[in-house]
Amino acid sequence: MTALLKNKQTTYEIDLNGQAAILDLTGAMVLPAHDALLVADLHFEKGSSFARRGMMLPPYDTRETLVALSEAVFRFDPKTVIALGDSFHDIGGPDRLGTEERATLADVQKGRDWIWVTGNHDRILPESIGGEVVEEMALGGLTLRHEPSAGEQAEIAGHLHPVGKVVMRGRATRRRCFVTDGVRCVMPALGAYAGGLNACDAAFKPLFPKGFTAHLIGTERIFAIAKSMLCRD
Amino acid sequence: MAKSPRASYLRLCMPKASPSLLPKTFRDWFAGRGWTPRAHQLDLLAKAKEGRSVLLVAPTGAGKTLAGFLPSLVELADRAGGKGKSKQKSQEKQGLHTLYISPLKALATDIARNLERPVAEMGLPIRIETRTGDTPSHKRARQIERPPDILLTTPEQLALLLAHPEAREFFQNLRRVVLDELHSLVTSKRGDLLSLGLARLMTLAPEAAAVGLSATVREPDELRRYLAGQLSANSLPLAGRDKGWGSESRSSAGHPANANAGTAPKSVERSPRRTPPTPGPSPQGGGEMPMADLVVAEGGAQPDIRMLELEERLPLAGHTASLSMPAIYELIRAHKTTLVFVNTRLQAEYTFQELWRLNDDGLAIALHHGSLDVAQRRRVEEAMAAGKLKAVVCTATLDLGIDWGDVDLVVNVGAPKGASRIMQRIGRSNHRMDEPSEAYLVPANRFEILECRAALDAVHEAAQDTPDARIGALDVLCQHILGMACAEPFRLEELYEEVRSAAPYAQLTWEDFEACVAFVATGGYALRAYERFAKIVRGQDGLWRVRDAKVAQQYRLNVGTIVESSMIKVRLGRSMRSRPGTVLPRGRILGEIEEYFAETLTPGDTFLFAGEVLRFEGIAEDEVLATRAGAGTDPMIPSYEGGKFPLSTFLAARVRAILADPFEWDRLPPQMTEWLLQQRRRSVVPGPRDLLVETFPRGNRFYMTCFPFEGRLAHQTLGMLLTRRLERARIKPLGFVANDYGIAVYASGDIAAKAARDAGFLDELFSEDMLGDDLEDWLAESALMKRTFRQCAVIAGLIERRFPGEKKTGRQVTISTDLVYDVLRKHEPDHVLLRAARADAATGLLDVRRLGMMLERIRGRIIHKPLDRVSPLSVSVMLEIGRERVYSDDADEILAEAEAALLDEALA
Repeated sequence: MTALLKNKQTTYEIDLNGQAAILDLTGAMVLPAHDALLVADLHFEKGSSFARRGMMLPPYDTRETLVALSEAVFRFDPKTVIALGDSFHDIGGPDRLGTEERATLADVQKGRDWIWVTGNHDRILPESIGGEVVEEMALGGLTLRHEPSAGEQAEIAGHLHPVGKVVMRGRATRRRCFVTDGVRCVMPALGAYAGGLNACDAAFKPLFPKGFTAHLIGTERIFAIAKSMLCRD
Repeated sequence: MAKSPRASYLRLCMPKASPSLLPKTFRDWFAGRGWTPRAHQLDLLAKAKEGRSVLLVAPTGAGKTLAGFLPSLVELADRAGGKGKSKQKSQEKQGLHTLYISPLKALATDIARNLERPVAEMGLPIRIETRTGDTPSHKRARQIERPPDILLTTPEQLALLLAHPEAREFFQNLRRVVLDELHSLVTSKRGDLLSLGLARLMTLAPEAAAVGLSATVREPDELRRYLAGQLSANSLPLAGRDKGWGSESRSSAGHPANANAGTAPKSVERSPRRTPPTPGPSPQGGGEMPMADLVVAEGGAQPDIRMLELEERLPLAGHTASLSMPAIYELIRAHKTTLVFVNTRLQAEYTFQELWRLNDDGLAIALHHGSLDVAQRRRVEEAMAAGKLKAVVCTATLDLGIDWGDVDLVVNVGAPKGASRIMQRIGRSNHRMDEPSEAYLVPANRFEILECRAALDAVHEAAQDTPDARIGALDVLCQHILGMACAEPFRLEELYEEVRSAAPYAQLTWEDFEACVAFVATGGYALRAYERFAKIVRGQDGLWRVRDAKVAQQYRLNVGTIVESSMIKVRLGRSMRSRPGTVLPRGRILGEIEEYFAETLTPGDTFLFAGEVLRFEGIAEDEVLATRAGAGTDPMIPSYEGGKFPLSTFLAARVRAILADPFEWDRLPPQMTEWLLQQRRRSVVPGPRDLLVETFPRGNRFYMTCFPFEGRLAHQTLGMLLTRRLERARIKPLGFVANDYGIAVYASGDIAAKAARDAGFLDELFSEDMLGDDLEDWLAESALMKRTFRQCAVIAGLIERRFPGEKKTGRQVTISTDLVYDVLRKHEPDHVLLRAARADAATGLLDVRRLGMMLERIRGRIIHKPLDRVSPLSVSVMLEIGRERVYSDDADEILAEAEAALLDEALA
C-alpha cells in the first residue's frame, strides 16, 4: 500500500476502559488484545445517493473511502474488521456499488472475519456484501454499536462524525477526531463525503459528563487536544 | 463620434442631433421645466431611432437615465398615439417594449419612481413595473400574462424570466433593453450571466436594440462589444486575447462537426441551418468585432480635488488616518453635506467613532456599510435624500448610483486604490455638471501619500484604470445552460452559437461548451456513473430537455452568481449583574458579520461594530452574542473581508515611477521626501521595474522584505509560495506578513548568508516556476482556494445554496464542498469545475495572474541589499507584524500549538 513517509507518525495509543487502543491516522482504531480493527461511518455510495436527487457529486467517494480502509487494514493486517454502522449511505447503496469497488472490498475482506454493525442509514444489508451483520456486539468489556447509548457505559460507537475545531491566534483548522473520556470513545467518520459534527455540539455533552479529550487527525500525526481548546463552529 | 464641446452642458447650446427628433409633447415637457434636451440625450435618441444599439458614457448627474429611456418613451408614446381609441387592447398584444436591468434592486425601484414623473406629467399611457425578489408571486404571474410596457429588474430576475416556459412569447415584441451601471456589472460573474441573458433576448427578439449606460471607463469598446451580438467566430478573425482557456484550442474552436465524438455529450447533430451570419457593417469602424454605437457626454468642470496635508508626520503603516480626523471634521462643518468614503467596514467603524468623539457641535453624522442591519441602512439613505444629514461615513455600498441629494464635498479616507474608482466617488459630489466637484484625498500612512499623489495625477489627466473585459466563467455558463433547458428544448449547436454571441463567451471552444453541457447533465465525470440520473437528456429528435419539473425547481432556487459568504447576526446581549459572566441574548440585532470572522473570535475579544466597541461573548444558536465593552477599551481590530481592494496595476506602476524619479519627490509633502532621502542613504530606492529585496537580522530572527506593489492578495500568495521555497532551502521560515505594497518574511535561518554563498539564490527564489508545482501543492490545502471552489460549485449548481436565514441543520447533513474538492482534485484535476475555480483564483482571492506578471517583470532585476538593520522603507511592512492575522493553511502547526497548551496545563 501507500509508502509511509518517514516523519509521519501514523498511530497514537490510548487507554480505553483498561485496554490499549491504537488510534490510526486514517481514522481507524485497533484493539491489539483482540486483533481487531474498527472503522465507523464509511458512508459508501453517498455520492450516488446525492446524484439520484440531482446533485452530481464526483462519483469517486467510495473509491477514496476504500483507499483509506485498505490502507488501515493492510497496515495492521487484523484478524477481525468491524464496521460500526452507516457503512452504506442508504439501503440501495450495496446495489449501486461499482464492479471495481466491489472487487476491492472483497479483496480487503479476504481471509478475515468481517462484521457489519448496522446503522441508521443501513439497517438492512444484503448477504452479497459478505461478512456477518449484527446490531451491536461486545468485545472485552466494551460494547460496540453504531449510535452511542445514553448513560455510563464502556463502549465504542460512531454515528456522530466528530470533528474538532482549533483556533490559535486567528488561524483555524477543523479536523476529524476521536472523542474519548477513557471509558467511551466516539470514532470519526471514515467516509470521504462524511461531514462532521463539532465535538462542542450538545450531542456530546451527555456522553461525556466529565469532559473528554479529542484526538484530532492532523496531516502527519494525531494530536491530543483538551476540550477547553476546542471551539464551536 | 466627434466629442461634443464641454459647453454642451450649458442648456442653451445646440446639440448635434436636432431637438425636432422629439415629439411635441416631449419638447413642451422639457420647456415646461425650463430644460433643454442635452446633446447626448438627442444623439442617443437619433441612434436608437435607426435601430442601433448604443453605449452612453456619461459622468454622474448628466441625465443618463432619462437619456436611456427617452427612445422608449418616444416610441411608446407613438405606439399609443397611433392606435387611437383601441389602444388599450392592442397595447396588450404588443407586450413588453422595454426591459431595464440594474445591478441593485433598490436602484430599479428608484428609477421606476423617477420615470413615473415625466410619464405622468406628459400624460403618456405607459405602464411601468418592477420585478425583483420582493415582488409577490401573484404580481409576477400577472406580469407574465399581461406584461407592462416597461419592466425594471435585475440580472437574476432576467435569468429566471428567460428560463420560464413562456419566455419566447413574453419577450417576442421586446424593442429595447436598457442596462444601467454597465461598467460595474461587467466586471463580475453577474456580468457574465447578464451577457448570456442578453444573447438569449436577442434570439427571442431579433429586432431589439440595447442601450448601455456607463460611467467613464478605460476601454469603452469592450462595453460596446458587450452590447452587440458577436458574430460566429468561424467567419471572423479573432481579436487577440492573451491567456485564457479559450486561446489554447482556438484553431479547433468552433465547428461542432470538428468536435470529436469521444467527449460527452456524445453525438452531435449537424444542423443544415448553420450558415455563418455575414458580418454586419462595423459601426464606428472600431475593430473586427461588432460593437454598439457610442455616445459620450463630456465631463463637466474639472473636479477641484486635492490631498489633505497635515503638519504632523503620518505613520509608516496603518489605515486609520487618526491624525486627520480633526481636519475632516472641520471640512464637514464647513460644507453642506459631505460623503466620507472609506475602503473597509473597519475603517468606516473607526472613522465614524472618531468623528463623533470630536462632534461637539452635535452634527448629524451617520454610518452606512454593507453589514449593518438593512432597516438602519434604509433610515440613513432616507435621511440623506431628505437633506437631513451633515455627513455619511460609507463604504463601497454607496459606490453605485442611487441619488444622494445635494452633496457638496467628497472625502476619501485611505488609499484610493484605483483612479477610476476615485473619479466615480468624486462624481457623487455636486450633481450640477457645470460646477466643479470638490474632493479631498486623505492618506493614512506615508505609502498612501504616494498613492494619493499618483491618483491625483491620474484624475488630472482623466486617465482610467477600470479592469479588463472578463472571459466568461464556465460555472456561470453551466447555470445558464440548465436555465435554457428549463425554458424550452434546445439544440446543442444553436445554443453554442447563441452563447458565443455574448462578448465574454465569444472565444468559448466547443470542447468547453460540451464539458459544461455534460456537467449539467450528469456532472461530466470521466467515470460515467450517473447517466440514469441525468438532469437534462437528449431526445430522439436531437433536442435536449430538462428531465422533470423538479430539476426546473432546483434551477430556480439556485439562480444567480452572488454567493454570500455565510453571514452571522450580531446581537447585543446584556450581562446579568447578579451572575457575572452570564449574558442574556435580550438586546437588538446590530447587523451581520462574516461567519468565518466570527469563528476566529474567542470570548473576551473586543471589536468595533455598528459604531461601538463590542466584547465577543460567544455564539448562541446562530447568532454572535456581544456586549458593550467598557469605556476606553481598545478594540482588537477585526480584519473584515469586505471591501478590501487591491491597488490597481495602473496606480501601482505610477507609484513605482514616482518613487524611482527623485525629480518627482519635489511634488510630495516634505515628510515624504525626507523619508525617501533617508532610504536612499541607508539602502537604495528601486527603479520602476526593479524589485528591491532587503535582508537584515533583528532579534534572533532574519528578515527579508521586498516591495512589488502588487496589492495584498498577490502578496499573500507570494508569501505562501516564498515560505514553501525557503522551507525547502532549509532556511526555516517562521512566517510572513503582507500589505498592499510589500511583504516581510522572517526565518530562523540566515537568508543573507545563503544569498552570499549562492549567487543565484534570490533569482531562483523569485523565479516564475513557483507558479508551477509549488502553487499546485499549496492549492491542495489552501482555504482560499477551497472557498473559491465552493463558490463555483454553488453557481454551477453542483450543490444547493444555503439561504440566509435558513437554520443550519448541522454539517453532517449537507455536503461539505471541501470534501468534494479533495476528492475531485485527486481523481479529475482537469474537471470543468476545477478549471473554473482556477480561473477565479487567477484574478480573485489569490490574484495569481498579477503575481505572474510581477515575477515576469522583475526577472533579472532583483536588487539585493543586505543590511545590518531595518531600512526606512522596510519599517512600513515590518509594522504589520502582529497587526495582521497571518494566514496559514498548515493544520499541524496549529494543532501542535494547541496540543502544547494541553501539556502546559498538565505540567502546571
